[in-house]
Order: sequence, then C-alpha cells, then structure tokens
Amino acid sequence: MKTSRWKMSLVGALAGGLLLGSQALALPEGVDTVEVMAASKDHPLQEIRSGWNYRSPETQSLQSDDFENPGFIWVEQGAELWETVEGTEGKACATCHGDAAESMAGVGAAMPKWNEKLGKPINLEQQINACRTERMGAEAWKWESNESLSMTTFVRNQSRGMAVEVQTDGPMAPWFEKGKELYYTRVGQLDMACANCHQDFYGQRIRADMLSQGQSNGFPTYRLKWQKIGSLHRRFKGCMKQVRATPYKVGSDEFLALELYVNWRGQGLPVETPAVRN
Amino acid sequence: MRWLETGRHEKPERLVAISSNRMREGILHFGYKAGICLVFAALLPLGAAGAATVAPDSVRMSDGMVEASLSGAPGDPAAGKKWFTGRKLGNCLACHANQDAASQPFHGEIGPALDGVADRYSEAQLRAILVNSKAVFGDATIMPAFYRLLKDQRVRKEFDGKTILSAEQVEDVIAYLMTLKE
Ligand code: HEC
Ligand code: HEC
Repeated sequence: MKTSRWKMSLVGALAGGLLLGSQALALPEGVDTVEVMAASKDHPLQEIRSGWNYRSPETQSLQSDDFENPGFIWVEQGAELWETVEGTEGKACATCHGDAAESMAGVGAAMPKWNEKLGKPINLEQQINACRTERMGAEAWKWESNESLSMTTFVRNQSRGMAVEVQTDGPMAPWFEKGKELYYTRVGQLDMACANCHQDFYGQRIRADMLSQGQSNGFPTYRLKWQKIGSLHRRFKGCMKQVRATPYKVGSDEFLALELYVNWRGQGLPVETPAVRN
Repeated sequence: MRWLETGRHEKPERLVAISSNRMREGILHFGYKAGICLVFAALLPLGAAGAATVAPDSVRMSDGMVEASLSGAPGDPAAGKKWFTGRKLGNCLACHANQDAASQPFHGEIGPALDGVADRYSEAQLRAILVNSKAVFGDATIMPAFYRLLKDQRVRKEFDGKTILSAEQVEDVIAYLMTLKE
C-alpha cells in the first residue's frame, strides 16, 4: 500500500511536470484523470489533486471503464433528453445547440459563468433551466431530479478531459470572495470549515474515509453510498450536515459562490464527469 | 497545519505553553458567570440533582487545566470507552487511533494516537482539552470543543444550545483516557 502510493505520486509528479501549462488535456481512452497538477502561485495548496487519487483501486477502476461506470446511465439519459422536444416552443436542446459533442465541449468546464441579464453568476444546472423556461417554454427541472442530473451529467461529460477554468475577476470577484469566506468559515456544532478537512488533512483518514482535497472536477459524481449520481451542491450539503450545521439550500447564492471558489481551487484539473466515488 | 508530518508528540507541549495566555483570558471571561453560578449553587438545597454540574460557560480553566469534575462526580471508564468509539457521540476514533479500541474498525489519522495519553497529560489537562480544545491547542485546531456552546454558527436545530457531550459524558471519557497508560 505504502509503495504503491509512493509510486503513484511519482508518476503523478512526472505527469504534472509534463502537463504544466497545457490547456485542454487529451487523455488516453479509459483514463479520466491526471494525478497531480501544479497549483498557481496564489493558490493555498502546492499541488492540486483530483479526488480520484484518494479512492480505492476498485472505485478507481469503476470510473476508468466507461462500460462499468454506473454514472454513464445518466449520460445516456441526458443524451436522450437532449433530443427530446418539450415545452410550448416545440424545441429540444438540439434544436438550438445541434451536436452537443461540438457545441457543448468546454462549456461545463467553465461554469459558473457571469450572466449579464441576471446580474450574477449562473451554473450549469441553472443555465439548463434558463434555456428551458426562456427558450423552450418548458418547466424548470427540480434540483436533483433525474432529468436535471441527467442533463447536467451529459453536458459536463462533453468537457471530459478538458481543464477546469473559471472566471474569478471582474463582476465575479465579489462572488469569489464570498465563496472563499464560506470555505474558511467554521460552521455547525462540530465547528469545522471546509478547509479544516480538505486543506489541512487531505490524504489522511477520518474514520474509514480518506479525505481528499474536496475538488469538484468529477461532478455530477456517481456515489456508491448514494447508489446514484449527485450534484455538487448535494455534496456541499452533505459535508455541512456532517459537521452538524444547517446547510444552505441547493442552488442558493451561497452554494453558487462556494462552487465558483471550489472550482477555482481545482483550476487545471481535467473534468472527469461522471466520476465515481464511494 | 499539517503537523502530523513533524512528529506526533512534540506539538501538544509547545501548544500548551503557547496557550496559557489564552487560558488566563479565559478565566477573566468565565469569572463573572462562574460567580453567578456560585450564588445559585449556594441557594440550592444541598444534594439537589444537577447542583454540582458546571454549566459550559462556567467552566474554570487555568494554565491549560480544568481541575474540578464537570459533573461533580468521577466518570465511568467503561461508559467513556463507549462515547470514545461511538459515532453518534464523542466519535474520537474518527480522528484518533487507539490500540485499546483495536476491536473497532477504522481508526482516524487526523490527531495523534492516544495510546499512553494518561502518561502525557494529567486528568485536569485532559479535561481542559475536552472542554475546549481551541483554548489548549489554539484556534486553528480541527478538534471540536466538546463542552462549549457556539453561537451564530448555523448549528443544526437538533443540536442547537447543546454541547457535543454532557458533563457526565466528558467525565466518563476522561476516566477512560486515564486508563490509557503505557
Ligand atoms: C468533517 C470533515 C469535512 C468537512 C468539514 C467538509 N468535508 Fe467535504 N468531504 C469530507 C469527506 C469525508 C468526503 C468524502 C471523501 C473525500 O473526497 O474527501 C468529502 C467530499 C467532498 C467533496 C467531493 C470530492 C470528490 O472528489 O468527489 C467535495 C466537493 C467537498 N467534500 C467539498 C466540501 C466543502 C465545500 C466543504 C465546506 C462546506 C466541505 N467539503 C467540508 C469531509 C468534510
Ligand atoms: C476532527 C478531529 C478530532 C476529533 C473528532 C477529536 N480530536 Fe482530539 N485531537 C485532534 C487533533 C488534530 C489533535 C492535535 C492538536 C492539534 O494540533 O490541533 C488532537 C489532540 C488531542 C489530545 C492530545 C493528544 C496528545 O497526544 O497530545 C487528546 C487527549 C485528544 N485530542 C482527545 C480527544 C478525545 C477524547 C476526543 C473525543 C471525545 C477527540 N480528541 C476528538 C483532532 C480530533
């Protein structure tokens, strides 16, 4: 166990060195992640690592094989929904966007994005709903509904292997700051902040669970514990509940800000959607 | 603060030294309420149930120590072991490994192993660590304070206004820790 971890980080260091500065990462088939990326100079971490690194070989291999990866059911459902006409305008997503493999490549890697009309950032779940209500004349999907999860997973999957990169300056700056503040604020009866676990102790076990850096590049993620794919905001909620805090609501401004900040912490990591975690 | 990489048993001593100033502030802060509590205690008939329990904001801490039992009675080490390993209460095992609890799977690696902890700390020091780890190790510690009330922290309703462990449970855990000698 010790040796293999050591080997992994050596391979990772090499990969990280080679990949430095490259933008989109073309990954060999079946490999969904690189192990180490050097972090930018104003980053609190020296190296950033996908949660993939902290999972067991069994969980890792589930993710590495598209046929075994249970998250792909949602990608497939999403692909169907992409073509499905719904709403008063008689349109499907494909009516406006055509082939998702082309039009959606990179989109999911750069969310949340500034939305001029709303005067705030918008994330992927919200953008999908904005298209539904404004352009299709269809109803917004409920957060964490099968439809919302399927479409989000499908769209983000079109960016698989591409580096996460979010805008944090300009109008996004106050949202970034808010997210950062939330990341370092202790909450709940157990009095812990995200940073206490995911910055100070990643790579160590908390009871049975090996703490990762809490990166977002694999979301929506298939969680064996959930027996289902789940959104990033659901994961945030789970982490807050775990420390006995009242979580913010999925889709809230707080979680939107946190999403922006957490994505920035993983800037450069390849999108793995749908990742598999325990 | 990834101090685990720098050797397990050095840091706590250093931290206790650093935090004795914090402790003194602690006494000033707690003194006033402790006074009120004493008045109340005097008014209560002797032997009334709960009279001896020290409320979370009345705990007297000085030089990294809390001398008096929080419940006014000695704890029960067998019960303490239950709180130590149980996931719902102390869940100390989430962060601390401990040979004595080897029958339980999955010991955490976040804090130091607690084997022989009674050789390193006195009962009064352990009580201080449990009551308010922050006052002993510094504000940055991940270890929760088990007998302190938090305000404005989005504490979930079912836990709001409650300490993680009760006075008796803290004493039980201390009694258990005192059995961990090498
Ligand atoms: C008590 C420790 C703890 C705290 C505090 C905590 N988490 Fe987590 N978090 C975990 C554990 C355990 C997991 C599952 C294992 C892992 O990936 O670290 C996890 C997983 C995650 C993941 C999934 C990572 C992946 O690769 O799938 C994200 C994202 C995350 N946390 C973000 C956060 C954020 C944001 C906060 C603050 C709101 C937070 N966590 C607070 C313990 C914690
Ligand atoms: C979330 C993690 C966490 C939990 C839960 C936790 N601790 Fe700790 N504990 C720590 C850390 C980390 C330290 C080291 C001090 C530091 O650097 O912050 C520590 C230090 C200690 C020490 C001093 C050990 C030494 O050798 O110096 C004792 C004693 C202790 N804890 C007891 C307990 C008990 C008893 C419980 C449960 C009732 C508990 N802890 C729960 C993280 C935790």
